[in-house]
Amino acid sequence: MKYIDPHIHMVSRTTDDYRRMAQAGCVAITEPAFWAGFDRCSVEGFRDYFRQLTVTEPRRAAQYGINHHSWLCINPKEAEDVGFATEVLGIIPEFMQADNVLGIGEIGLNKNSKNELHVLDMHLQLAKSMDSLVLVHTPHLEDKFKGTVLIMDAVKNAGLDPDRVLIDHVEEHTVGPVLDRGFWAGMTLYPDTKCTPQRAVDILECWGTERIWMNSAGDWGDSDPLAVPKARMEMRRRQHGWDMIEKVTFGNPLAFLGRSPNFNANG
Amino acid sequence: MSDGSSPLTSTEVIDQYFLEHRAKVLDIAAFLDRIDRASSASESVEYRVAALLDCIALLHDGDGDRARRIQGRLSDRSTEPIDAAPMQGALGAPEEPAS
Repeated sequence: MKYIDPHIHMVSRTTDDYRRMAQAGCVAITEPAFWAGFDRCSVEGFRDYFRQLTVTEPRRAAQYGINHHSWLCINPKEAEDVGFATEVLGIIPEFMQADNVLGIGEIGLNKNSKNELHVLDMHLQLAKSMDSLVLVHTPHLEDKFKGTVLIMDAVKNAGLDPDRVLIDHVEEHTVGPVLDRGFWAGMTLYPDTKCTPQRAVDILECWGTERIWMNSAGDWGDSDPLAVPKARMEMRRRQHGWDMIEKVTFGNPLAFLGRSPNFNANG
Repeated sequence: MSDGSSPLTSTEVIDQYFLEHRAKVLDIAAFLDRIDRASSASESVEYRVAALLDCIALLHDGDGDRARRIQGRLSDRSTEPIDAAPMQGALGAPEEPAS
């Protein structure tokens, strides 16, 4: 059965990961711009990164029959310097025309600071001006609940339609508010710091399968590019039907991402 | 919202998942023992360990909805943005207990 991993950072993964994902049924991925593990020191560093996201990774993925898509932004971990963030935002429009770009992401908050919030608002205004989809990163661990509320308020204040915004990395304490306010919700499957496959399936059992997906967010840290197929196995282990598995790991991502004409899950 | 039910019976859930959670509770016990054996400059319980102990109490207070309530205990419940980010990472529990 085919699946979509709607959030994975393949710039940090090996070609062997592409092979294993394809063997497990992955037909499409989306890769949000993120923090590379270090702060980039120039706009040109971001220009190179955006070229990697829009040229290099699609070619690498295509070798394994996986359609690669990107989201662009300066991530919240590098948003404390508003001047620098403004410069990076200035080069994003030229890359938005690339044929694999779906929208703005992963924007959001990290430590819930005033500058992060300001840069988030600049991204939301850019998304609004381009009528693009938005993928939102919510903060880590103790900062997640507060940040999720601040982000949802910022989206509302910016005048964006919540139905065109996916709020990622939801857990037990944030999934309810996100869905109740009309957003899409993403569950990230991590070994320690986000949802395990078991907890993600618990959340599905409690909150249902509307406007929700799961992703691996595989990157340079502790993560697993095969987390989505492992969560599908967890659903089968609990005797959930194939229709539910297909909806959460293929149908729902297709419904949200398919609003961009650049999204292609047909192989 | 779903009704929160699982296709499995409670016995099936226990049969499938008991051993992995038996291992996890032993991991927590060994972690706390390890802290006891380690030297410390302070007599007080470190705030993250205190949070963990609070979470353990939530497990058997009889109120259910444990995962969400533990997430709440481990969350910063303030509502206003801070002036500046003090660091880029997160430590897993707020320094001030959630009210």
